[in-house]
Amino acid sequence: MLLTDGNFMSRLIVMIAQRLALGVFTMFIVSIVIFAAIEALPGDFAQAILGQGATPEAVAAIRESLGMDRTAVERYFAWLGGAVTGDFGVSFSQLSFQSQYGQTGERDVVTVADQLGPRFANTIFLAATAAAVAVPLSLGLGILAALHRGTVLDRIANIGSLTSISSPEFFVAYLLILFLSAANPIFPSISKIHADLDFWQQVYRTVLPALTLTLVVTAHMMRMTRVAIINLLSSQYIEMARLKGVPRWRIIVHHALPNALAPIINVVALNLAYLVTGVVVVEVVFVYPGVGQLFVDAVKLRDMPTVQACCLIFAAAYILLNLTADVVSVLTNPRLRHPR
Amino acid sequence: MDDMTDGNTLLTIRDLRIEGLSGETWLPIINGVSLHLDRGEVLGLIGESGAGKSTLGLAGMGFTRDGCRITSGSISFDDIDLVAASPERKRSLLGRRIAYVAQSAAASFNPAHRLIDQHTEGPVLHGVSSREESRGDARSLYDRLRLPDPDNIGFRYPHQVSGGQLQRAMTAMAMSCRPDLIVFDEPTTALDVTTQIEVLAAIRDIVEQFDTAAIYITHDLAVVAQMADRIKVLLNGDEVEENDTRAMLSHPAEPYTRSLWAVRSFRRPEQPPTPAGTVPVISIRGVTAGYGADIDVLHDVSFDIHSGRTVAVVGESGSGKSTVARCITGLLPPRQGEIRFDDKVLPPGYRHRTRDQLRQVQMIYQMADTALNPKLRVRDIVGRPVQFYRGYRGTRLQERVEELLSQIELDPGQFINRLPSELSGGQKQRIGIARALAAEPRFIICDEVTSALDQLVAEGILKLLDRLQRELNLSYMFITHDLATVRAIADEVVVMKDGHVIELGAKTEMFSPPHHAYTDLLLSSVPEMDPDWLDRLLAQRGRENIGEAARLGIDRAVQRQSSL
Repeated sequence: MLLTDGNFMSRLIVMIAQRLALGVFTMFIVSIVIFAAIEALPGDFAQAILGQGATPEAVAAIRESLGMDRTAVERYFAWLGGAVTGDFGVSFSQLSFQSQYGQTGERDVVTVADQLGPRFANTIFLAATAAAVAVPLSLGLGILAALHRGTVLDRIANIGSLTSISSPEFFVAYLLILFLSAANPIFPSISKIHADLDFWQQVYRTVLPALTLTLVVTAHMMRMTRVAIINLLSSQYIEMARLKGVPRWRIIVHHALPNALAPIINVVALNLAYLVTGVVVVEVVFVYPGVGQLFVDAVKLRDMPTVQACCLIFAAAYILLNLTADVVSVLTNPRLRHPR
Repeated sequence: MDDMTDGNTLLTIRDLRIEGLSGETWLPIINGVSLHLDRGEVLGLIGESGAGKSTLGLAGMGFTRDGCRITSGSISFDDIDLVAASPERKRSLLGRRIAYVAQSAAASFNPAHRLIDQHTEGPVLHGVSSREESRGDARSLYDRLRLPDPDNIGFRYPHQVSGGQLQRAMTAMAMSCRPDLIVFDEPTTALDVTTQIEVLAAIRDIVEQFDTAAIYITHDLAVVAQMADRIKVLLNGDEVEENDTRAMLSHPAEPYTRSLWAVRSFRRPEQPPTPAGTVPVISIRGVTAGYGADIDVLHDVSFDIHSGRTVAVVGESGSGKSTVARCITGLLPPRQGEIRFDDKVLPPGYRHRTRDQLRQVQMIYQMADTALNPKLRVRDIVGRPVQFYRGYRGTRLQERVEELLSQIELDPGQFINRLPSELSGGQKQRIGIARALAAEPRFIICDEVTSALDQLVAEGILKLLDRLQRELNLSYMFITHDLATVRAIADEVVVMKDGHVIELGAKTEMFSPPHHAYTDLLLSSVPEMDPDWLDRLLAQRGRENIGEAARLGIDRAVQRQSSL
C-alpha cells in the first residue's frame, strides 16, 4: 500500500469516472432491452388507445402520425438520437389526442420530461420519507439485536423482519389500509398529493405508502447490520476491547460498527435504489402520483418514449446509488484513507 | 492448602478446572491447576498448543473465552474472588488493574482507530486520568519503549506501523493504567528474530521499572528463560512441574520437561559439498521479479540447488523468500533472469510448462490447515496428483495412495478415509508432504513447513523429510526464518534481505565467523536457553545495536559500500 494522499484521490477519481462510463453503457443496454421487450408485446399504441373501436384505417392513421410505420431499428435510433441530446420526445398519449383532433405539434406540447418532472419529484419525496425512517430504524435495530444476541429481543427482531420481508408488499399495503385506514381511520388510503398541499399535508398523505416501504426494506438492512457486527465480534481487537474493560454497548458501537460499515453501506444503497425503483406496486395500490404509476400506465398504452424515460431513471438510480456506496465504503477503510 | 495471604500475594489460583464446548459436549481444557503469583513477579507459562496456557492466563484475568466455562476452583486477585465477581466488578478490574498483551498486535489493535485513541480509551473509561493526561503519558511510555518519534507515532493507524512497533505500542497500552498484573500471551511469536529481541528487551525493562507482576505465556523455552523468574510447564491442561527459572533450566525434573529441552538437539549430518561442475537440479539465475507495475521484490537473485541437497533460504518477513518460490513454481514469471531445471530453461509462467515440468517441482505449505481442501478425504487429496500426473485409476491408484501414506508414516487403513478436520496439525502437514510426493518430484519447496507446529511435532516432520530425502534423493528448498531449523537440516544456506541475496554458502561456513553484518545480526538475535543471554547480548552489542536500529545501520553500511 505504497500510496500517497494525492495518489489516493486521483485513483478515487479514476474509479468514479470508470464507473460512470460503465453506468452510461449499462443504461444504453437497458434501453435496448426495454425497447425490444415492448416491441415483442402483442398490440401497439394505436390499438391500445383505440380499444374495441380500432378500425384498420384509424390504426394506420395513428401509426403513421407517430412514425410507427418505420422499422423498429429506425425508430430506436431516432429516439436514441434525441435522448443523448436531452430530448426524450413527446409522450404518445399526449400526441395522440392532438392527432385525433387533426392538430399538429404547433400547440403547447407536453414533453416526456415535463410529464416526468413532477412525478419524479413525488417518487423521490416518498423514497426519502421511507428512507428517513427505515435507515436509522434498521441500523438501530441491527445494533440492538447484535448487542442482545440470542435473547428474546434478538429473536423478536429476527422473526418480525423475516415476516415482513417474506410478505409481498401489496399485501403489507392492504393490511396497513385495513388497520390504519378502514378499521381505524387515521391515515388516508389514497395518497393523492400535489404541489398545492403544504409540506406536512404531503407527509401525512404519504405515511401509509412510506410505512409499507419501510416495512419491506428494514428487514434486509437490519439483518445485514446485525450479521456484519456479529461477524466482527470474534475478532481479536474485540477481545482486546473486552479485556480493556470496555462496556458491551461501546464495544459494539465504537469498536465493531466502524469496521462493519462497508457491507452495511452497500446494503443500504441497494435498498435505497429499491425505494426508488421498487415503488411501482406501492404507488399503484395507494394511487400515489409518482414515476411508478406513470410507468405502469405507459406500459399499458405501449407509450414507448415514456417507458424508456422511466427505465432510464430507474437504471440511473441504481447505478448512482451503487457508485456512491462503493465510494463511501472505500472512504470508511482507514487503510485507503490513511496510506502508509 | 494454606489460605494465608501475606500481603505480597497478588494472584492465587486453586485447583481450577475449565471446560470448553466442542460441538455438543464439554471437554476439559484445564484439569485442576493451581498458580501463585507475588507482586512484581514474572511467571512463565510454557507448553505446546492445546496445553491450556492461554486459557489459564486469561482465567488469571477472570476472563473465559466464549464457549468456555469454569467448573470448579477459585481465582483470587488481590483478595477479590474473580469466579464469583459480577461482570461489572470484573470489568472495573480489566484494563485498570489487570491488562493483556496479545500475540498478534496487528490483529488486536482496532484498524479503525488511531493508536493513541485506543491507548487513552482505558484510562478515560476507568476514570484513571483525563484524555490529555493519558496522551502525555502515552508519549512518555512510547519513549521508554524506544518507539521512533514517540510524540507523533500515536497518531498513526495500526496499519501504518510495523509489527515490532505495534507490539511495543500494545505493551504501552497495557501499561496505560499502571496495572498490577499484565498477561503477555505469546507477544513475540509472530515477530522476526531481530524484532523479537528488541520487544523482549522493552517488555522486560518496563515490567521491571514499574514493578508490575506478569504472566508470560510462550512455547519458546529460550524466550521464557530471559523473561521469567519462575516457570510452570503445562501439558494438556495439567501442570507438569514448576520451579525457579535457573533450577528448571539446569535440572528439569519431569521426563516431559526434559523432552522439551532436548528437542533442539536434532541435527542431520551435513553432506559433503557437491563437486564442481555438477549440474544443479534447480538453478536460479539473475532473477528480478515483482508484483506491482514497477516495484521489484527480488533483485538479481541467483543460487543453485543440487541433487539430494537441502538449501535453506533464510530471511525476515518481506525479504523475498516466498517470492523466490513463486518464481520457481511459475506462479510469478520473473521480469528478468531465468530458472533452469537440469540445465534446461523452464518457461517463466506455469501455464507454458509441460505436465512433466510441473510434476518435477512441488510445494509444501506453512499452513497445512488452509492448504488442504476441507471437503476432500485423504484418499482424494493424495490421489488427485497421482491420477493427474501418472494416470492411475482403480486399485492401482488405491495401492499408490496407500504406499504414499505408509511413506509418511500414517497407517493407510486408519487415515485414508479421513477429512482434514479429523487430523492433528502434524498429521495434516504429513498429508501435505504425501501430496507433494504423489507427483514423484525431484525438487520440493518447503515454505515454513514447521513454523506453525509445536516443537516435538516439528521435529517429527523434519526427521521425516530427512528420511524421504535420503530414500528418494530429493532436493529441498527450505524457506524458513527459524535458524534452529536451518542448523538442523540445511546443507547450504542462502541469506536474503530486502530481495537481495546477502550471503550464501555451506552451513558450517555460515554458522562460523566472520559473517556478513546482517547474518551476524540474525544469528546473534536467536534466543538461547541461558537466562543471562539477553543481558549479555545487550551488554555486548549495546541498546542501539539490536533490532530495527541495527538493521538500519546495516542498510546504511551497505548503501555506502555500493555507492563507493
